[in-house]
Formats: sequence, C-alpha cells, structure tokens
Amino acid sequence: MRGTDFISELEAAIEGAVIGRNLETLDPWLEISPDKLLETCRWLKESCEIRFDGLQCITAIDWLETDSKKAAKVDWEPHTEIVYHLWSTKARASLVLKVKLPRWKDNQPGQLPEVSSVESVWRGADWHEREVFDLSGIQFLGHPDLRRILCPEDWEGHPLRKDYEMPLEYHGIRGR
Amino acid sequence: MSQILDEDQRIIEFDVRTDEMLVNMGPQHPSTHGVLRLVLRTDGEIVSEMEPHIGYLHRCAEKIGENLTARQWIPYTDRMDYLAAMNMNLGWALAVEKLLRYQVSEKARHLRVLITELNRIASHLVGMGAYGLDLGTFSPFLYAFREREKLLDLFEEVCGARLTYSYITVGGMTADLPPGWLQRCEAFLDQFEPVIREYHTLLTTNAIFVKRTANIGVLSPEMAIDYGCTGPVLRGSGVDIDLRRDGESIYTAMYDGYAFEVAVMKNGHYPRDHEYPAVPKDAVLGDCWHRFFVRMLEVVQSMDLVRQSIDRYSQCKGPLGEPLKLAEKLPAGDAYLETECPKGQMGFYLVSDGTSIPWRVRARSSAFSNLAVSPELCRGCLIADVPAVIGSLDVVMGEIDR
Repeated sequence: MRGTDFISELEAAIEGAVIGRNLETLDPWLEISPDKLLETCRWLKESCEIRFDGLQCITAIDWLETDSKKAAKVDWEPHTEIVYHLWSTKARASLVLKVKLPRWKDNQPGQLPEVSSVESVWRGADWHEREVFDLSGIQFLGHPDLRRILCPEDWEGHPLRKDYEMPLEYHGIRGR
Repeated sequence: MSQILDEDQRIIEFDVRTDEMLVNMGPQHPSTHGVLRLVLRTDGEIVSEMEPHIGYLHRCAEKIGENLTARQWIPYTDRMDYLAAMNMNLGWALAVEKLLRYQVSEKARHLRVLITELNRIASHLVGMGAYGLDLGTFSPFLYAFREREKLLDLFEEVCGARLTYSYITVGGMTADLPPGWLQRCEAFLDQFEPVIREYHTLLTTNAIFVKRTANIGVLSPEMAIDYGCTGPVLRGSGVDIDLRRDGESIYTAMYDGYAFEVAVMKNGHYPRDHEYPAVPKDAVLGDCWHRFFVRMLEVVQSMDLVRQSIDRYSQCKGPLGEPLKLAEKLPAGDAYLETECPKGQMGFYLVSDGTSIPWRVRARSSAFSNLAVSPELCRGCLIADVPAVIGSLDVVMGEIDR
C-alpha cells in the first residue's frame, strides 16, 4: 500500500474510528470501531484522497475453538471478525478493514451480532452482506433486503460458524 | 400504415401494455449458463424488474476448506469456475504462496502463464459459443467447441483431466510438460489463428448479432465499479484495469517482460496490435456487444502471451521444482490475493492459526459480483434481451454458488 497519510486524516476526521492497526503485515489492515464503520467507509470512499471506490469482498471469521483442550491454549477470546477488502481504481491500491464483534449479541446464544450495513456506500455490498448473513449469521443493520442467498430460505443455522451442526433431516433428506 | 412499418419494431413492442405478470426463468433454462433462476416482473414484453435467485449449486466449498490442508483444497477450486480450472488453481496456489512468502522457480512461472492463458482461450471460446446459443444461433457454438476440444486434448495430455485439472498446485506444478507437447501446442496456435476471422464473421460483425447486442444492457463505468464488477465486464465499460498489469507483485511478477496491451477502449480505440473488425456504429461503450468484443480481443491477446511463454519456458535451463508437501505448515496470519481470471478478478482469502489446515478460507467470486449488477441492466428491457444481458456477463454458476 502506497502512502499511509490518509490514516491520520481519517483519525482526525472521525474520532475513535481506528482502534487498531498493522501496517507491516502482508495486507496492511486497520481495525475499525463497529459503531463508526459506516461513517468510516463513507469517508474512505468519498472524502479520502485515495478514493476506495471498490468493495471487493466481505468475509466473516468465526473465532471459536470447539475442542476444549485446544481452547485452553489459545490466546484469544471467542469472537467474530468481519473483514472488508477495499480497492481503489485510481490508485490501484487496496486496504483491509477489520471489525470485531461478539459471537452473539449481548452474549445471548441465538441472538445474531449486529453491525451497520455498508450497502449505502457500495452497492456491491448488497449480495456480499446477504451471503455473510446467510453463512455466518451477522445482522447487517440498514440493509434493504437481508435474506438468505445461497442456502434455501427455510434453512436453519449458519453453516460457516464453527459450532454449526448439520440438521438431522431437511424435508425428508437425511443430513448426517 | 407505411409510416408505422418504417418505425423501429421495438417502439411498437414497447407500446403494447398488458397486465403485470411474474415470469419464472429457470432454474434449468439452457440459456442461463448453469442452474440460475430469474424471476421477471413483466408488463407485456417489457421487464420492469428482474431478480436472480442463486445457490442451486452451493457445495459448501469454504466450509470444506476448513477441514483440509491448503494443497488438498486445490481440487475444490477446480469445481468453481469449471471452464477455467487452471486459473482457479493458480489463484489459490498464489494466495497460499503469498502467505508462505514462497516463490516458485522461473520455469514454473512461465509454465503457469502458458497454461492459464491457454485456459483463458478455452473459457472465452465457451463464453462466445454459448452467447451465440443464448441469442438463437447454433453454429458459432459448434465452431467454438471444435477448437476447444483440441485445447482440452492438450490439457488432458498434461494432467490427465479434461475439465478439473488440479495441475497448478501450491509450490509449483504437479508435473512437467510431456515430450513434444510444445510443438503440438504451437501447431494448435498456428491452426487456430485464422479461425478467429470466422468467429468475427459469424458473430462480431453479423448484422443480426449486432442488432441483438448493440446498445442493450449498457453498464456505466461508475456503476460497474460500485457493484464490484471486474474482468471483461468492467473493461467492456471502458475501465482500464487488468490485474495482470495492475495487480499485486506476486501475480504481476509472472508477467514480467511479457508484452501485451490491455483489451479496453481508450480514446475511442481498441488496441491496434492486430487487425480487428471495426466497432459498429450502433454500439455504445458498456453494452453487450462491447463486453463480447473485449473477450474476443483477449483470445488474440492470450495467444500472443502463450507464444511468448513458450519461448521463455523452452529457454529456461533450471529445474521446474517440486510442489510443497501436502500438509505444509502455514504461518499464522492471513493473506488475500486476487488474480485476473477469464470471468474477472477472482480473490482467495486464507486465514491461518499456524497449523497446516486453514482456519478460514474464502473465495471471492468474480461472476458473483458481475451477476449482482444484472437487475440494473435488465430494468426496462425486453424479455428477449434478458438472455442477451445475462450471457454477455459470461457467468458460471459453479463459481457464484461455490
């Protein structure tokens, strides 16, 4: 990534947006506070000198070790991480944003964690957010039409969660 | 009466209004490149709203990737864009190599260019032939598949498979080329070059084809970028981006020293490195015709690249190198890499916790984003234009549903 001046500009423009960073790694990333995400994305697309006009990918990573022996050794608490890969057509540069969410809202199992939708910034986020909702179970607030996209509408659970279990039966089809 | 007949036929069609109706296209419609279902809200012949329903080919590739080592996942990438499996293999292999900070030998790099560009030709041939089918002409499909068969024979000799190759793998290639293969490949190129003129006669300059595609489904560059469209769809709108030139260094290094011009209209002209038919006067930048034409130019461009890579590969004296171990340990961290595949920019994202099995794998499909823009393109068009628009996006459902 060329030039990191825009990060200090971002910090000045939106206070408390950047809460972590690693610019030395393979793909430099910024950790964004969940409540400032929409504002930050809009700034990066519209006000930043390197206009990040493309959203390439949204990924949700479920950090949960289901094996209790291994879980005792890991140095992180269970959480969900959403990764946004941005791209600037003009500068041919990319940027990674990471947002950390709890695995369940208010730690109530079954209550999907919430984060604001960036569909109003990049139209392409529409289908990507639907996919993340479908497979990883993240509620995108403000999304115009948040419903499953790859799995059938009446599917239960979110398959890319680490504690997901295949249903025993789906419309008479054996699951496992 | 004579005055009405002089008028454009389409104006009359746009005039006929009836009750609103929901029309279901698919999921087994032959013109939709796989199992895609489109729900159209129509008024007479006019489509007021179109909504794609996807997921019929969802095989949980990403979840499977969390249970296999990085190299074991290669065959699953074959089944994403099954028309360009070599390019899929390369995308994943490079993403893993990026995380490992591993560089393959020079010979393997040239071989990768050679084989992926050949696969790009094969993929665009299907795209072209199937597009003819979408528009109701059968012959171009047979002409395209005749040549593609020869390409598949070449691939079969290299790796034993005709569709799902798993040839490019993490750390190199599964095998070197068999003896005499380069000569057969060159013979194919010599034979194939004049055939392209036939394609241009059959489709590109065909009056009916131009009428069906020119000024239909016009995609503006801003909208294309907003929706994350990539590849020929983006370049067909006049945006000059090709990851083989603009991508990350681990990918562009493969093409170091290769001469090629990005197939995009710049200052009103397409590259003039070869003789191409003129742009018809009805065509508007960003319409179906331009998306199709960019693919046709890329076939010629890929042929040039294959010829260059044959030279370089045969001049390389060093060994090809062995691929990495099946259960190679990955360093903790993550890596995302996009490569220029025939359908667009295919991205692979890999998160590792330090074991040989990735914690999370993600495939960012190019056709997924390209298809997402289709409701915008189909708004207000005729029912008959829907296959023309979808076909011009050249989607492959295996890649969209994963």
